[in-house]
Amino acid sequence: MRAIGVIDYGMGNLHSLGKALERVCSATRVEVSYDPEVLMKCDRIVLPGVGGVKACMNELRRLELNEMVREAARTKPLMGICLGMQVMLDHSEENGGVDALGIISGQVRRFPDPPPADPADGPRLKVPHMGWNRVRQSMPTHPMWKNVPDNSWFYFVHSYYVALALPSDRMGEAEYMQPFTAALAHENIVAFQFHPEKSQATGIQLLTNFVDWSP
Amino acid sequence: MLAKRIIPCLDIDRGRVVKGVKFESIQDAGDPVEVARRYDQQGADELVFLDITASSDDRPTLFKTVEAVAREIYIPLTVGGGVRTCADVRALLSAGADKVSINTAAVDRPQLVAEAGDRYGVQCIVVAIDAKRVNKKKEPLRWEVFTHGGRRSTGIDAVEWAVRMAKLGAGELLVTSMDRDGTKEGYDHELLRAISDQVAVPLIASGGVGELKHLYEGLTEGRCDAVLAASIFHHGTHTVGEAKRFLKGKGVNIRL
Repeated sequence: MRAIGVIDYGMGNLHSLGKALERVCSATRVEVSYDPEVLMKCDRIVLPGVGGVKACMNELRRLELNEMVREAARTKPLMGICLGMQVMLDHSEENGGVDALGIISGQVRRFPDPPPADPADGPRLKVPHMGWNRVRQSMPTHPMWKNVPDNSWFYFVHSYYVALALPSDRMGEAEYMQPFTAALAHENIVAFQFHPEKSQATGIQLLTNFVDWSP
Repeated sequence: MLAKRIIPCLDIDRGRVVKGVKFESIQDAGDPVEVARRYDQQGADELVFLDITASSDDRPTLFKTVEAVAREIYIPLTVGGGVRTCADVRALLSAGADKVSINTAAVDRPQLVAEAGDRYGVQCIVVAIDAKRVNKKKEPLRWEVFTHGGRRSTGIDAVEWAVRMAKLGAGELLVTSMDRDGTKEGYDHELLRAISDQVAVPLIASGGVGELKHLYEGLTEGRCDAVLAASIFHHGTHTVGEAKRFLKGKGVNIRL
């Protein structure tokens, strides 16, 4: 039986993600685990994430999952979500600066705080970037976008964004203060800054596409 | 561009959706899973559950409700009411909440907001502020934070409190006007704008919606990032879809 491994390093709410994956994977077992051996037996891997990057990296190291993720990045379809995307990069500005997994080349930077309110101005853009935003597909033919219309809405909640070293890794882009990478793809790796499991039917379609993907 | 969010609020009492006026005279408004599913289908951007049950003995009922809703709804769910410790935050996140709202406990021990924000990420910590006008006529506007469902004054200035909470670890603020809640007269725009202009985090307007134009005013006059409403949706006066089409027609960026 095929299995999808969801990495549980004790920080995230994996309830919704697990349920959403179970819904799209009728022929696939969903294995939520922190055991590298159990996870490596699965044929595809999901790296979710909420919270801070420092705590995330510490937990990945403590549970000996960092090497497992690097190994998966070489050998299996791997999907990062939100902080799970950010930890794939080389380095993050969060928590005073933290070295991350270095699977994808680039940095993680903070959105600038909004300027003080000016009575003449309209509403300011707040941080976190929280809510529904549209994603332009930079790689329209990528299998991950199958049956997902260009400029679809997805649910975001984050204060830091990914600045890729290689623009060719960008799979999707959203706009908040500036254009930023909302989705990346590199060989057998994909990652989303938004939450597919919180993005209604369009998000469920993305999860389906990942389960069906053979890179 | 980021869309403005429309958020139906479900007051939950012992596993049922209820609606009161000015925090009193409670009426039954349905089964939480059915109501949540209806709003999801209508295009709600998020849902907020506030547990108004007085007794902590009924906590397992709330967890069951949250689990049942999270199993079926693929939009963000915020849960609040009776959250006192980091363990409470964790229990709600584990049950399927995406964000947890903290109100009275933040007033009793502000450090809880910092601790919860550090541990679970500020993006899942919402601080709910119940504010009431306390200035006399002709004095400058001033609001104070109230707790215990609007019954107890704290003497804390609501705008200063909002700024402090946002700095400490709230990823979002949910501001309810006690003067307007249940009145259907519209949000307290001065209150919302005073806070929204001072904080860097998103602000949800709450308390007083009676017609669709009030939602528009909360986003424009009140400068809020999201608008919360209960009775206009529960009583079938308007669907979430109608509210969104109305706002879109007014030029607001809305997910439709």
